[in-house]
Amino acid sequence: MTSAVHHHAAPRGFLRTHVFSVDHKVIGRQYLDLALVAVVTGMVLSWLMRLHLAWPETPIPGLGKLSPNGAAGGVITPEYYLSLMTMHGTIMVFFVLTTAPFAGFGNYFLPIQIGAEDMAFPRINMMSFWVTLVAFLVLISAFFVSDGPALSGWTAYAPLSAVGKDAGPGQGTGQTLWAVSIALFCVAQLLGSLNFIVTTLDLRAKGMSLARMPLSTWAWFITAVIGLIAFAVLMPACILLLLDRLAGTSFFIPAGLVISDRLQPHSGGSPLLWQHLFWFFGHPEVYIAILPGFGIISHVLPAFARKPLLGPRVFIVCLIAIAFLSYTVWGHHMFLSGMNPFSATLFSVPTLIITIPATIVTLLWIGTVYGAKLRLATPALFCLGFISVFVSGGISGFFLAQPSIDTYLHGTYFVVGHFHFVMGVAAMFGIFAGIYFWFPKMFGRMMSETLGKWHFWLTFIGVYGVFMPMHFIGLAGNVRRYAAFTDDYLKPLVPVHKFMTIAALLTGAAQLIFLFNLIRSRIRGARATDNPWQATTLEWSTASPPPFDNFGGRPPVVARGPQEYGASGAAGGDGGSDDYVMQAAPDR
Amino acid sequence: MTTVVARPPAPPPAVPTPTATERPQPKPARTGVLVGIAAISMSFAAFTSALVVRQGASPDWQHFRLPTILYFNTLLLVASSFTLETCRRRQPPGRPWLYLTLAFGLLFVLGQVLAWRNLAGQGLFLATSPSSAFFYIFTALHGLHLLGGVAGLLYALHRLNRAPGPAGAATLGAAALYWHFMAVLWLYLLALLALRI
Repeated sequence: MTSAVHHHAAPRGFLRTHVFSVDHKVIGRQYLDLALVAVVTGMVLSWLMRLHLAWPETPIPGLGKLSPNGAAGGVITPEYYLSLMTMHGTIMVFFVLTTAPFAGFGNYFLPIQIGAEDMAFPRINMMSFWVTLVAFLVLISAFFVSDGPALSGWTAYAPLSAVGKDAGPGQGTGQTLWAVSIALFCVAQLLGSLNFIVTTLDLRAKGMSLARMPLSTWAWFITAVIGLIAFAVLMPACILLLLDRLAGTSFFIPAGLVISDRLQPHSGGSPLLWQHLFWFFGHPEVYIAILPGFGIISHVLPAFARKPLLGPRVFIVCLIAIAFLSYTVWGHHMFLSGMNPFSATLFSVPTLIITIPATIVTLLWIGTVYGAKLRLATPALFCLGFISVFVSGGISGFFLAQPSIDTYLHGTYFVVGHFHFVMGVAAMFGIFAGIYFWFPKMFGRMMSETLGKWHFWLTFIGVYGVFMPMHFIGLAGNVRRYAAFTDDYLKPLVPVHKFMTIAALLTGAAQLIFLFNLIRSRIRGARATDNPWQATTLEWSTASPPPFDNFGGRPPVVARGPQEYGASGAAGGDGGSDDYVMQAAPDR
Repeated sequence: MTTVVARPPAPPPAVPTPTATERPQPKPARTGVLVGIAAISMSFAAFTSALVVRQGASPDWQHFRLPTILYFNTLLLVASSFTLETCRRRQPPGRPWLYLTLAFGLLFVLGQVLAWRNLAGQGLFLATSPSSAFFYIFTALHGLHLLGGVAGLLYALHRLNRAPGPAGAATLGAAALYWHFMAVLWLYLLALLALRI
């Protein structure tokens, strides 16, 4: 363990300070800004899809001009619907759910929480962000090429993704851009993960043992380890996919494949090879998205419950168990791929086992809240919302883990509802909890509590309105990935789709409250003290916002654990309170 | 009557303020290389599993004789590890041995290019067969990573010139760790290619 030292000078000039900065805080904010742009883009795409699903014949004003081929006259074609779905999934999974909770908050707060003055390799850190941005721009540029974005889904299943433009609009340049974008994203995340791991291992402040690390830091660290392995596998997969598309190799394209009446000039490839490589990354990716949320909730909730998290070491052990098990379950995404039923059972068992540490973590949160005098500020509400949606989405995972049940449900909206709750919405609630909690530290101003609570309740009710009915229509056999529901047995379910579409629009509108709060608070929010939540970890020992070197040239010395709440009669490290002791408070 | 006057609290102990010009501690560089090695190993493991699956997927796997120059290249790379260690064990690190290491490394890359030309001369290109595709992929990616090692050694040389002493030696140590890994990785890849192709 090495005391952190600052190894680059304070920046001068606008570009060095705000654009090409090597400061981890600026880079963290850049990641969060990128995620904000990405989430708005992804949400607009989801609205277009939902509008089309509910009213497939109704033109969407302006869309025809934006995409003359995919939505002539404003009516979305089935192929363009799939393109929207692909881009929605890719943007949300990679550029929102990975970028914001891990790269964004992790970059900003991991070094501060361990008492370091920056990441271990600041220049690599900066490069990581800029490569991510380029990856995002490459992906988005697919909207502006002649045949539009790829339509093979965020999973890019081969051979559809590998054969080129014969496979349909978007499968030419659009799919190539997708693969290049994801390969670049892998590079960025590998660099980022490397920085997170080395920083955590080597740059902790004096006294900051592993046992004293905040739980959010633990979560980012473990997520980085997962990411290091997962993205190291996805990148080779993308390279092979690009070679199949551009160089005429046959890794994923089988022999004798005829598409659009044309025999594809490939031989002997294995489409399942892509699925194995992709899901070896893809399932851990679920945990890359959600574990930072676990960390944020476990960091934030105790500050409002005024109690330490129940069983912090159990929590860490559970995270490690989840990280390990996440690499043993990828086959459960492939139950319908024709795999040997024995293999399916082998993947089903660890899938069920991984629910055990996840359930234990949930019980730790509930146990922490139980009997606490909870301060119901907005971050705490989003923590409770996180628990709610994570449980709602997690329970449906028990069913999907079993191959026999998954055979029926896999192609239906049941799966869509499941993963949106457990991975998408839960992770978003973690992000919101983090933003409301750390905003005062990042910008020195408080967010409006009133607007925050409105935002929470409307979002909370809204997401249940959008995603809970999906489970029921999935049980009723409503297939996913269809652009419209014209079959007789699906027509009675269309009113449910209309309900979900309205709920999605209203939930989206509720995010305007958040955006308004975010912008207004940045300019006119009440001034924040250094420790407005009376929290204990190191980020609350420094100024709001923190100075360039985080601690004003005085690296902290840590004398205790990260969650000393409920210490009756204790004097807070900032000298004011009586129920908490800060990590940086001098030892008595 | 005695008045007890409370003494003012002692100021917190002074903590030395790091200067902006201080260099990173040597340990993160070594840890970073180790973490990088883990990621690179994982990537090549993924390629290996792809090779095994692809070879079994279809009878279109074409066996061919590996270019003989690969074995000379291997000797060069292994020799470069020895010259690098010789450099490190000198006090101060022996620059000529480092130059020799760099020369061996670049000759290795050149030799790999010659191996490609040899293969192309036999009509074996990237898309000819999955076996030739994996040959080109493995050698190209290893060569790129090795060029990264060359860059690392050049940076270490730069640090040795600018900051002689423990800091420069630590950078050289981290670069050497990566370089040796490149040699081990190549031995693994050569064995894999020889066994499978």
